[in-house]
Amino acid sequence: MAITVILPAVLARLADGNKELSADGATVGAVVESLSQRYPSLATRIRDDAGQPYPFVVYYLNDEDIRLAGGFASIVKDGDEVTLVPAIAGG
Amino acid sequence: MRRATIMTSLQTDSDINAIDHSAESTESRHRAPAADKLRPRALRCKLCGSGFEAAPTAVCENCLGPLEAIDADPATLPTRAEISRRPHSIWRYKEWLPFDGEPTLSLDTGYTPLVDAPGIARRLGVARCWIKNDSVSHPSLSFKDRVVATAINAARAFGLDTIGCASTGNLANSVAAQAARAGMDAWVFIPDSLERGKVAATQIFAPHLVRVRGNYNDVNRLCAIVADQFGWGIVNVNLRAYYGEGSKTIAFEIAEQLGWALPTAVVAPMAGGSLISKLQRGFREFSDAGLVSGTPPRLYGAQASGCSPIVQMVLDGRDDVRPVVPDTIARSIAIGNPADGRFAKAAITQTGGWAAAVSDADLIEGIKILAADTGIFTETAGGVTVAAALALAREGRFSANDEVVLCITGNGLKTLEPIVDTLPESPVIDAKLREVRALVNAVVNSA
Repeated sequence: MAITVILPAVLARLADGNKELSADGATVGAVVESLSQRYPSLATRIRDDAGQPYPFVVYYLNDEDIRLAGGFASIVKDGDEVTLVPAIAGG
Repeated sequence: MRRATIMTSLQTDSDINAIDHSAESTESRHRAPAADKLRPRALRCKLCGSGFEAAPTAVCENCLGPLEAIDADPATLPTRAEISRRPHSIWRYKEWLPFDGEPTLSLDTGYTPLVDAPGIARRLGVARCWIKNDSVSHPSLSFKDRVVATAINAARAFGLDTIGCASTGNLANSVAAQAARAGMDAWVFIPDSLERGKVAATQIFAPHLVRVRGNYNDVNRLCAIVADQFGWGIVNVNLRAYYGEGSKTIAFEIAEQLGWALPTAVVAPMAGGSLISKLQRGFREFSDAGLVSGTPPRLYGAQASGCSPIVQMVLDGRDDVRPVVPDTIARSIAIGNPADGRFAKAAITQTGGWAAAVSDADLIEGIKILAADTGIFTETAGGVTVAAALALAREGRFSANDEVVLCITGNGLKTLEPIVDTLPESPVIDAKLREVRALVNAVVNSA
């Protein structure tokens, strides 16, 4: 199952410069874990020690903030897009 | 002094260069360097303390925490007397803003009135109350002029020719206005449901105005991605470290306008949460510089009940932001995912303040109370501030000795929609004296 993950520049540099990646997983958390395995230096910036969302990243599943849905447990399906955005923006 | 006078009329880099070259040719024998050119200060992470060169970036590469500009050398800070001799604008406090050298743009922003409000003081049951009236801010009638003034100077210094923003309205107005007069391109992103007055007050400056289907959360997410892609200076995204510092000038002005003294409490509206955290920093910086003494004011945050994620953090005593979908007529502060929520909550609790959320009906009443007592017509966010102050007073948050400042951050003429239907019909008469007499008699008899 292919999920597209969009990274901001500040995180892309930890993923060999890739701003757009393909990853697998049944939930947003699983997708993030998949990326963490592939890019260990990225891991500590996209999830915390407990495997929960990193506090200074906002995660969107198909443009919806996952905090308004199921968080990392949000179910993803083939073709979905997960976008990570630094939390320090706006207002 | 001569150079300072010349700089006030500069608008473009070529102007600056022309002056610099001119200065070089006439003054080089006196070793006059081009030292006045504005230089944004280096950055450091508010969380991990990592340092970075000055750049249009707001996120720490190491921990993704927010960046802020480093402070000025304390030895360079001016005295009260030196500040008092400077022009009435935010730049009279330039040593506390995130630059070295002289600003070139938006030199006329700031130093709005601090208005005595005895009627509001009586309603609150406090000794004194003042209104910090940014509804008459220059050039676009909101406190956002302050933050855009610092951001646009940073953009120019970084060589950016386009600025932009994600906005609930007031920021859109200010970015469009200040970009227009600076000769810069502007891309302005707003929710598609904004009040017509705020849309028109942006369009008049001919920016690239983009209305995004959805609420501010959607606009903000889009702009965070846009800032990564186009190399623009999005003032509240990648220029945020320089942008946010402009808010401190409200605290500086309050202290100076009170005769270099501090109020005991300040009530401010909260949207993204930046303003109230910068108020705390501003008061602290003036205390650290020895310009004022005494206890820093307690900070109180105000939000509309239909979008109150920061108030809920204060009431619940937690530090994590739980986003909400906004549902309020106070659109200018309807940010459901406040970027600086945790810092706002910290500013409130560290100063011994509190927070309150008010209904749309109460904020309309707040607008009317402010108008009746002070002659100031504020927008919905101002109504929230007044109504929240009254709610806090009812909760016993103020004492009879308190000296309170309410921050009124925007102008009511931009958001007429929520207020017009709540106002009474006015009589229409023929141009005859007897009809006026009849009206006067009716008023007298009803009194």
